[in-house]
Amino acid sequence: MSIRHGLLALLERGPMYGYQLRAAFEESTGATWPLNIGQVYTTLSRLERDGLVRPLPENDGGQRPYQLTDLGRAEITVWFVTPISRTDRPRDELAIKLALALTTPGVDVRAVVQTQRTSTIQTLQELTRLKNRSDKPSDLSWRLILDAMVFQAEAEVRWLDHCEASLLRHQPSALTPTPAPEGADTDDRTEANR
Amino acid sequence: MILELRGVHRTHGTGETAVHALRGVDIGVAPGELVAVMGPSGSGKSTLLNLAGGLDSPSQGAVLVEGEVLGDLNRKQLARMRRRHVGYVFQDLNLLASLTAVENAALPLELDGMAVRKARKLAEAALEEVGLADLARRFPDEMSGGQQQRVAIARALVGERRLVLADEPTGALDSTTGEAVLRLLRNRVDAGSAGVLVTHEARHAAWADRVVFLRDGVVVDTTSPVGEPEQLLEAKA
Ligand SMILES: Nc1ncnc2c1ncn2[C@@H]1O[C@H](COP(=O)(O)OP(=O)(O)OP(=O)(O)O)[C@@H](O)[C@H]1O
Ligand SMILES: [Mg+2]
Repeated sequence: MSIRHGLLALLERGPMYGYQLRAAFEESTGATWPLNIGQVYTTLSRLERDGLVRPLPENDGGQRPYQLTDLGRAEITVWFVTPISRTDRPRDELAIKLALALTTPGVDVRAVVQTQRTSTIQTLQELTRLKNRSDKPSDLSWRLILDAMVFQAEAEVRWLDHCEASLLRHQPSALTPTPAPEGADTDDRTEANR
Repeated sequence: MILELRGVHRTHGTGETAVHALRGVDIGVAPGELVAVMGPSGSGKSTLLNLAGGLDSPSQGAVLVEGEVLGDLNRKQLARMRRRHVGYVFQDLNLLASLTAVENAALPLELDGMAVRKARKLAEAALEEVGLADLARRFPDEMSGGQQQRVAIARALVGERRLVLADEPTGALDSTTGEAVLRLLRNRVDAGSAGVLVTHEARHAAWADRVVFLRDGVVVDTTSPVGEPEQLLEAKA
């Protein structure tokens, strides 16, 4: 998600100035995504350039509120109805790491998997604690964001379990630390990787 | 420590066909602590729980509940310890088909000599906790799988169990009901019991204070104690 769309969505509620936008953003994302005020202003000026928002006259406190234009309103409507494509997200470093671990001689793949699993579950424990701290209805949106992080972490663990089980079935040798590749060992791996 | 496993081994069978279900496991669970056990199928999770609950005995090593070595207790003492102090949710539920939900939940208390009326009353309270107050008079075959599972949980939590052992208690439950069950378990532990939760689901294991990873009968890793959540957010920022 972009900050751009976040700010547009907030302006749908009515005109706001920079500090208000920042506070509202943090409130609705439960501070899982802190913004600095500089980011807010840079984004606002780009939105203005693109005709998605327009500045209103400064208020008495010298703050300038921004208002959504019709174009901006259309943009945010499209954003809400369009699914987020997985392929737009950054490449999965973990998947790449495991793929490389598999084909790099001397790497204990099982240990790589377990180290990641322990770390991810530890993150899950922390998220669960955080989530259970509050059950006020007003915190619902914040808990749902935490839930999203929880389910993503869980998916990662399930994928790790799957990797380990597949390795066991198809390439048991990869699960024991292999000595440095000299001679026959290298052939073995090429064989198993086909 | 409410539960302690010291150098526990468990071997099924002998000779060629021997299966080493556990090979030297050390685990301690203190009051107020919930430990989750994760591991692939066949890694020894249920074996570990059976030993902790005194349903099976180690081939080597010792299991202590509230400081008592289970192997030193006679049959009668062991049975009493199990009924009075240990709540157990089995992987295969083990509800008695001829008893209603409330009778099933009250059974451990009645076996322990509690007056029937009092036991039923506590059982009803436990059923209410798992959201089954209305189904108290139903028989297991008149309930869905998830409802039966919740009866089994009520049975494990009824009375003042100091040690609660749960083997995949959320198996047949949808995610919100599963979470409600974990909350019950967590509350019981926060009130001073010790808990061991076997689960395949990372999301559920995450309710524990510590997660222990078993593989081929050996503890291969353990999460360190949970830190302050704020650090997590700072790290993400
Ligand atoms: N009574 C028995 N006789 C022989 N082998 C047994 C017996 N009980 C368990 N085992 C073996 O001991 C090992 C551990 O079994 P256990 O039931 O503890 O696994 P688990 O981790 O609970 O698996 P799952 O996730 O499938 O429930 C397995 O290899 C199993 O086949
Ligand atoms: Mg099992």
